Amino acid sequence: MGDLHVMRDDLRPPDPPPTRHLISIGDLTREDVERLLATARTFERSLDREMKKLPTLRGRLVINVFYESSTRTSSSFELAAKRLSADTMSIKASGSAVDKGESLKDTAITLGAYDPDVIVLRHPQIGAPELVAKVTEARIVNAGDGKHQHPTQALLDLYTIQEQFGRIEGLHVAIVGDVLHSRVARSNIQALVLLGARVTLVGPPPLLPRGIEAMGCEATTDIDAIGAADVVYVLRMQKERMLEGANYVPSLREYTARWGVTPERLRPGQKVMHPGPMNRGVEIDPMVADAADALIETQVRAGLVVRMAVLYDLLTTGPKPVEAEVPMGVA
Amino acid sequence: MLFVKDAPKENLIVRGARVLDPVEGLDSQVDVKVDDGVIAELGSNLPQNSHRVIDGAGLVLAPAFVDPHVHLRTPGREDEETIASGTRAAAAGGYCAILAMPNTDPVVDSAAVLGALVEQAGDEAEVQVGFLAAISKGQEGSELTEMGELADAGAAGFTDDGHPVVASSLMWRALQYASITDRPIAVHCEDPTLSRGGHMREGVVSAELGIGGWPSIAESVMVERDLALALYEDRTLHLMHLSARASVEALRRAHAQGVRATAEVTPHHLVLTDEAVRTLDPNVKMNPPLGGPDDRKTLVEALRDGTISCVATDHAPHARHEKEVPFEAAPFGVTGLETAFASLYTHLVEPGLISLETLLERMSAGPARAYGLDTPKIAVGVPANAVLLDTQASWQVAEDGFKSRSKNSWLIGEKLRGRVRATIAAGRLVHES
Repeated sequence: MGDLHVMRDDLRPPDPPPTRHLISIGDLTREDVERLLATARTFERSLDREMKKLPTLRGRLVINVFYESSTRTSSSFELAAKRLSADTMSIKASGSAVDKGESLKDTAITLGAYDPDVIVLRHPQIGAPELVAKVTEARIVNAGDGKHQHPTQALLDLYTIQEQFGRIEGLHVAIVGDVLHSRVARSNIQALVLLGARVTLVGPPPLLPRGIEAMGCEATTDIDAIGAADVVYVLRMQKERMLEGANYVPSLREYTARWGVTPERLRPGQKVMHPGPMNRGVEIDPMVADAADALIETQVRAGLVVRMAVLYDLLTTGPKPVEAEVPMGVA
Repeated sequence: MLFVKDAPKENLIVRGARVLDPVEGLDSQVDVKVDDGVIAELGSNLPQNSHRVIDGAGLVLAPAFVDPHVHLRTPGREDEETIASGTRAAAAGGYCAILAMPNTDPVVDSAAVLGALVEQAGDEAEVQVGFLAAISKGQEGSELTEMGELADAGAAGFTDDGHPVVASSLMWRALQYASITDRPIAVHCEDPTLSRGGHMREGVVSAELGIGGWPSIAESVMVERDLALALYEDRTLHLMHLSARASVEALRRAHAQGVRATAEVTPHHLVLTDEAVRTLDPNVKMNPPLGGPDDRKTLVEALRDGTISCVATDHAPHARHEKEVPFEAAPFGVTGLETAFASLYTHLVEPGLISLETLLERMSAGPARAYGLDTPKIAVGVPANAVLLDTQASWQVAEDGFKSRSKNSWLIGEKLRGRVRATIAAGRLVHES
């Protein structure tokens, strides 16, 4: 048996920095947000190249775990990881061990055994990302947890607004509809307020949560309030999250009549956004959705570069000039 | 009505403690001698003879605590708690008596189920246990249980705790019919049509977190209804685990009208607010949910002025895997038997919100009175039910320190002041640390 040598303190590697996650907009400072938006802009330029793949995250593993259905978010995270040359896997609740009753904790431990660098998680319940963060070493990106947060959606919305107006500070954004069930609304309120925008919530009384003004926004039931806004952000009526018989609104017909965003309720030049998927003819008039002032498709494109920026930012220790990265196969 | 393991009683002397019994008006440094489980003498320099001596120097000896609200999970979920483990936890928390709730599997709604529990308590209960029986069969809210037979079999009272009595007519009949027994009706006040989908109190924090909100009126409208029924029938009523300011205000109004209602409040509602839910720790999820700062302030005032006369832990053990899930998926309930005194000493007595004497009264005589039990006393001739408290000791709550089979405490990792050094229950020394 050899002697046991105790390593001197000064020879030990320094403690690694704490693992960074993106669970809530509340995790970010204004500087963080501005850095992420700037990184996204750089990536957007890289997408103009013929060779769109960057070697930045080569050898890294990004696992997308979706316990709820998703088109935009899951596809853009997957493409974002691929554009950065990371390996990706996508797990859906249906068709996995979740169907067999496996708990979130056990699923997370199982996936953690592959040493993923990032787990992108969508889950119907708040607190799910924290639980996965507790039992794995991976960085967690919250792709939506119940009605709580959807931070990358808010970042892509900020990016879209910034590209359109050249600023966010001082703009007035009206968020219209089912705020109660909307994680998009909560993340956007926090993000917009953080960057100095004025936020007004508009919707039927039962769908405006009691006490929401404490987040730094205004709330009103009067749809005419959208007239004063630079951006009208339309939320989806989340029928699947509504308790049966809860009577949030008497009918979708009455909702649409009172709070639907129609051409008549908008001024020319007001920009309209929607996180998708849309219920055309319910919260948004098809004419509004398809008009030139709608930024809805721009939002989807922004989703890709913003999610590239988020993955890049989490996996590099702070801002590194992206310009230095060279497309694969050229170097 | 109270049942405990049949075991030899103690001969002992507690020396040098500050003996503090607010009900007896006792506050002095005297030795207390216990002969065969009964307090035999108070005095100085009592001869030891063959008695075991417990050094009480620097400690407070007070009447042991009574917990009017405990879930022992037996029968049905013995993996979470048993009568043996729950009463060991109670002993560690300074309790000489606890009342167990009937929302078990099967529900305690027949003399047969109750009889089996009484027998089991006689074999394994370290401290005295009383069992409440259900108000309605299966706690389903439609048919009254056989209250007469259940009272004869030893039920300490009646409650559908865990569930509200939804139908006003059933609550009315329960109040009328229970008058043939001398046992109180205790109510869990919740309008399920208002609380539906709620996982925390509705307010600023739930709005921001997007967690389903449970409005305070879900409790207070039922408190108002039940107090109106109690007034109409001129019956006593015990209100369980109050959490909302409006409930306390309703109780004050009812008291002014002469309604004989008692009420309890939990340590977690006295110490925490809904701000704690920001941690998303399933161990701050309970029913009723934590209220706002206003509610907490009102509850503390009501405990101080006696409007609320009982501290109840609502000790609700849950298996680890059931709590290791996202907040909204987690069951309601937290443990509390082993931390109640320390948490309240640290957060209410030390900051000067309530006196030690008042806290001791609300943890012992108050609950005993509400259920018509013998009040634990430090007095000659009564069975020894006493707790020896170290108000100087600081300790850190740790998972491996619990006697309870479950670890779902909201205090894990917290530093507390005030420690139970010994518990004497029904004349036996059941805990020492």
